[in-house]
Amino acid sequence: MKKLLRGGRVIDPSNGVDGVQDVLISDDRIERVGRDLPADGATIVEIPAGLIVCPGFIDMHVHLREPGQEHKETVATGTAAAVAGGFTAVACMPNTVPVNDNANVTSLILAKAAEASLARVYPIGAVSKGSKGELLADIAELKQAGCVAITDDGHPVRTALLLRRALEYAGMFGMPVIEHCEDPTLKGDGVAHEGFHAASLGLRGIPGACEALGVERGVLLSELTGSTFHVAHMSARASIRAVRKGKDAGVRVTCEVAPHHFTLTDEALAAPIPYDTNVKMNPPLRESADRDAMIAGIADGTVDVIATDHAPHHYDEKKVEFDHAPFGIVGLETAVSLSLDRLVHAGVIRLSRLVELLSVNPARVLGVPGGSLAPGAPADITVIAPDLKVRVHAARMRSRSKNTPFDGWELRGGVAATIVGGRTLFTNPDTPIAHL
Amino acid sequence: MTTASDIDRTPAVTSLRRKDLLGIGDLSSEEITLVLHTAEAMKEVGTRPIKKVPALRGKTVVNLFFEPSTRTRTSFEIAEKRLSADTLNIAIGTSSVVKGETLADTALNLEAMSPDMIVLRHSSSGACHFLSRICRSAIINAGDGMHEHPTQALLDAFTIRERKKQLAGLKVAIIGDLLHSRVLRSNIQLLTKMGAHVWVCGPPTLIPTDIRRFGVEATSFVDEAIVDADVIMLLRIQLERMEGAYFPSLREYFRVFGMTEERLRLARPDVMIMHPGPMNRGVEIASEVADGPYSVILDQVANGVAVRMAVLYLLAGGTDEEAA
Repeated sequence: MKKLLRGGRVIDPSNGVDGVQDVLISDDRIERVGRDLPADGATIVEIPAGLIVCPGFIDMHVHLREPGQEHKETVATGTAAAVAGGFTAVACMPNTVPVNDNANVTSLILAKAAEASLARVYPIGAVSKGSKGELLADIAELKQAGCVAITDDGHPVRTALLLRRALEYAGMFGMPVIEHCEDPTLKGDGVAHEGFHAASLGLRGIPGACEALGVERGVLLSELTGSTFHVAHMSARASIRAVRKGKDAGVRVTCEVAPHHFTLTDEALAAPIPYDTNVKMNPPLRESADRDAMIAGIADGTVDVIATDHAPHHYDEKKVEFDHAPFGIVGLETAVSLSLDRLVHAGVIRLSRLVELLSVNPARVLGVPGGSLAPGAPADITVIAPDLKVRVHAARMRSRSKNTPFDGWELRGGVAATIVGGRTLFTNPDTPIAHL
Repeated sequence: MTTASDIDRTPAVTSLRRKDLLGIGDLSSEEITLVLHTAEAMKEVGTRPIKKVPALRGKTVVNLFFEPSTRTRTSFEIAEKRLSADTLNIAIGTSSVVKGETLADTALNLEAMSPDMIVLRHSSSGACHFLSRICRSAIINAGDGMHEHPTQALLDAFTIRERKKQLAGLKVAIIGDLLHSRVLRSNIQLLTKMGAHVWVCGPPTLIPTDIRRFGVEATSFVDEAIVDADVIMLLRIQLERMEGAYFPSLREYFRVFGMTEERLRLARPDVMIMHPGPMNRGVEIASEVADGPYSVILDQVANGVAVRMAVLYLLAGGTDEEAA
C-alpha cells in the first residue's frame, strides 16, 4: 500500500532537504522524497500550507513505569502520549520495578509495546544489577534482547570505577552509557535548586555543581575509555561548560536538555503557585543564568538532543508536602510546543536545527533507525504546525498522569500528525490535516 | 513612612483582609503595624483579674502540631482561651502520618467538622500554603520547616518596639544557624519591611544562598555584626545534627560565635538580647548573658500570647477600633 504526502514543506536535515516536496510511502518504508512525484496509484494526502513534514521525533528519555508502577503510566498509555506529542519513538528508562537489568524485563516491555502498537519503544537497560551500583548487569544479554543503551538513571552510577567499566564494556557493543549526573553527597536531601528562591522558601538546596561534578567525571572517563558518554537531562551552566570543553578536546560526549530546563527557572517555586509539587524535578529548575546557558548550548550546537525526561507520577503522590513529593513531571505532550514557542519563535534556532535536536541526533546517539527520510528508512514522520495556537490541557493528556506545570499555558506551535511505520496514529483535530 | 515614635501611631489599616497568615512575606508594613497595635490592647487583657474576652466565642480553633513544641503550642492555646475560642490540640508525630494518612486527608477530615481556624506546625516548608489551598478554614502558620514562623517575628517586633519605641533605624544582629531557621526568614522580612538595619551572622556553612537579596548584611565575623547593635537575636543551634557537619565542635562554635558578656561590650549600652528558644546555654549564648540585665527572653514569651491573640482576633475579622 502506497501513500503520497503531497505539497508540504519537508525538512530532512540528514538529506539536505528543506522545501516543498512530496513524500512517497510504500507500506512501512519511505520510498522517495522529491518534487511533484506521480501519484501512481498511491493514496494522496494533501499537506495543507504551513505544515511541515519531518522525520519522526524520538524522545530518548522517557519513564514508561511498566512493569511495576502501572498506576503512573503503562507502555500503552505512555506511547499514546508519545504519538499525541509528535513522537514516533521513545527510549524508556530502566528504573521500573523490577529494574530492567535482564532480558525478561526487556522482552516484557517490547511485548507490551508491540501490543500497544503505537510509538516505537527502545528499552534502555541498567548499568548495574538492580541499578544498585555494585555489579554490572548482563549487558550483552540486554543488548541482544533489544536494549539500545545503558544507564542507572534516577541515580548516577555509584562509583567512578563502575562507570569506567560500564563505558569499556558497553563500548564493545557501541552502546552509549547514559548518565544521570549528580554527586550524591552534594545532593543530600535537597529538593530544589540551591539559590535565592530555595533559600527564601526554606527548601533544601541542590547546587548546580552537584550535576557538573558528575558531568566532569563522565567526560574524563569517556576520554579514558574512548566510549560514548551521554549526559541526561542537563540543567546547570557548569555542565554545559564541561560538555563543551569535552567536545572541544575530541571526547565522545553527547548531551540532552529537557524542555522545562530551557523554559522555566526556580522562580516557579514561588509563583504562580508557591511550593507547587509540579515544579519539583531532579535535576531541579535552576536560575535564569542556567536556563540561558541551556538555550545558548542549544543555539551553538553543544546540546545534541531535546529529551523530555517524561516522569509520570500519580495525582496522590504529588498531592503532598513539597518535601515528600516525588521528583519529576510529564513532558511528552508539551515538548514540541515548548520547543517551537521558546526556541524557534523566540529566534534561538531555525526549524531544521529543531529537527536535528528532536529526530536526527537522538537516532544517531542511540544508533536506532529514524532521523531521516531517505529511501528505505522507516516511514516514521512527524507533521508539525509551527503557527498553531496551542493551549495545554493537563486533564486531556493521554498520559495516565497529569503532573505538568504547563497546564493552561498558551503556546505557538504544535503537532499536526504522527505517522509510525506508514500508519497515521495521531491527527490533531485543531489542524487542517484532521479534515483530510 | 515609619517615624520616630511609631508605637503611638494609629495604624493605617484597621483590619486584616486575608484568610490566612502564612508568612511575613505576605504582610504589608501597615498590616504589621496593625497587628502590633492590636497586640497592645490584647496585652492589657492579660493583666486583668479575669483574663478573658468574648471576641472568639463560638469559634473553633484546631492546633494541629506535627512537630514537638512547648512554647508555641501553649502560647497559642492560652491566646485562644483568653479570646473564648473553643480549642483542641492535635499532636501528631510525623512518623505516624508517613505510615498512614496524608496531610491533605487529615486536614480535610478536620475541615468536615467545620473549625474556623487551623494553627499548623509542620516540619515541611510550604505545608501551610498547601493546606491553605485545600481548606476553607483560616490557616495560621505556627512554623513550617525552614520557611517561616510569622507569629515569632511579630512577637519579637512587639518586644523590640516596647523597649525601643520603634523599629526603623535600629541595628539588629541575628546570629546562629541561619540556614535552617524559620525564625530568621520571618524576622528578616519583618525587620527590613519596618526599616531596621539587619545583620545576619553565622558560620559560612550555615548562611543561605543569596541571603543579601533579602536586604540584609551578612558576615561570619561576629564582632562586625554586633558592634553598635541595638538588638542581638541568637538562633538555636540544633545540637543533634550540627556537630562535625557544619562546624567542628560545639566548643569551637561557642568560641567563635557564642554570645558572651565580653563580646556584648561592642554593642550599644542599651542592647536587647533575644532568643526564640529553646536555648542551648553555653553554645549560642552564655548563661550570664541569657540571665543578665540585657536579656528580654522571657518578655518575648510573655508577649507571644498578646501577639497571637491579636493575630487570631484580626484573622477572625476583628478590627482595631473594636479591640481598643
